[in-house]
Amino acid sequence: MPLIDVICVSHSYPSGNGRRPVLSDVSVALSEQRIGIIGANGSGKSTFARLLNGLVLPDSGQVQVDGHDTRHDGRAVRRLVGFCFTDPDAQIVMPTVREDVGFGLRRRGLAPVEIAARVDRALARFGLADCADHPSHLLSGGQKQLLALAAVLVTEPALLIMDEPTTLLDLRNAEVVGRIVADLPQQVILLTHHLNLLDGFDRVLVFDEGRLACDDVPALASEHYRQLVR
Amino acid sequence: MSFATYVPGTTLVHRLPAGLKLTLLAATGIALAVLDRWWEPVVLLGVVLACYLAARSPVRTVLAQLRPLLWVLAAIGAFHAVTSGWQEVVDVVVTLITLVLAAGLVSLTTSMTELTDVLLWLLHPLHRFGVAPDRTALLISLSVRSVPVIAALAQEVRDAQRARGLASSPRAFAVPLLVRSLRHAEALGDALVARGLDD
Repeated sequence: MPLIDVICVSHSYPSGNGRRPVLSDVSVALSEQRIGIIGANGSGKSTFARLLNGLVLPDSGQVQVDGHDTRHDGRAVRRLVGFCFTDPDAQIVMPTVREDVGFGLRRRGLAPVEIAARVDRALARFGLADCADHPSHLLSGGQKQLLALAAVLVTEPALLIMDEPTTLLDLRNAEVVGRIVADLPQQVILLTHHLNLLDGFDRVLVFDEGRLACDDVPALASEHYRQLVR
Repeated sequence: MSFATYVPGTTLVHRLPAGLKLTLLAATGIALAVLDRWWEPVVLLGVVLACYLAARSPVRTVLAQLRPLLWVLAAIGAFHAVTSGWQEVVDVVVTLITLVLAAGLVSLTTSMTELTDVLLWLLHPLHRFGVAPDRTALLISLSVRSVPVIAALAQEVRDAQRARGLASSPRAFAVPLLVRSLRHAEALGDALVARGLDD
């Protein structure tokens, strides 16, 4: 299980003539199998998630994943950390389902036979085998999210970060994604507004105005979040 | 959809190497430019249609390739009918149809992965001049992938425009489409990095 170490991290984005702080002096070590992150829109949770795979580098402080610093060793970090975005359309980069699942593997220079075998296994696992050669843009919203998940998990990351993966899905597809996430052997960090998805999680972080406002078991963290938004 | 999208299959045409298909497409283009008797493009069109048959492409797929060109073909045909006679009409119109159908056949029977592999091979000698073949090939894949995404964004903007009673405002269409497209491009960039573009 990769140990994630976030040390005194602060980050801000340009805003007008100055900068708008989004994270202020956050420190946390994460080694549990299932970690949830909740918070209101603009609370800093998405920026926090992007820090963990080096998509965002902190203004100050340090982020380490399994001993790799995201600032100096981003490539190694991204091989360990798979990232699933809210909008699968932004994540699907190839015209057909099969090609998109194989994209990450091709970038790693694996042999075509190995790629084909791993892609076929991933398509079967996510129920996409029947539409393997379909144009990816013609899939339903739920299928697109499953494709995005398959494309990330086919590279076998040690840690999966999911940034509100069920926000654009209907109830049925949200439950399908929830079940798949529950069964994953990987360490999972799930950002969500659907608090029921966090049942059974080991730990939940609550962000509020760029600060880590609560770090507790799901029930207590959810209650803290509810009080914050009241 | 007005452009040919890959349709998987196991026919001989599908199984031909992508490089050979692209070479044959280029040869067809050169032949159409060089040959000057009116019936020669007709023979080539027959060959291309035979290849569609061999690829088991339905007639509606062939027609779909031509539908966006109908007005252009009609205008060009009418012009040559007035200025040059029927043989020139057949020559020019059939040449255009043959080229479009031949290119469509390659797209319909060749996956983007196969096409980018050929492109990678073609671009490889340019590596010494600072061209990154893999990035260039990826750029082309992304362009193809982005067409339906931008089309969907345009439809969403148009719907929102109608809902707000701004149906005839080009500015109300162009500005949000541009903003959404840039947002999509930014998100796509993040996704590419997250999915190992820098591997």
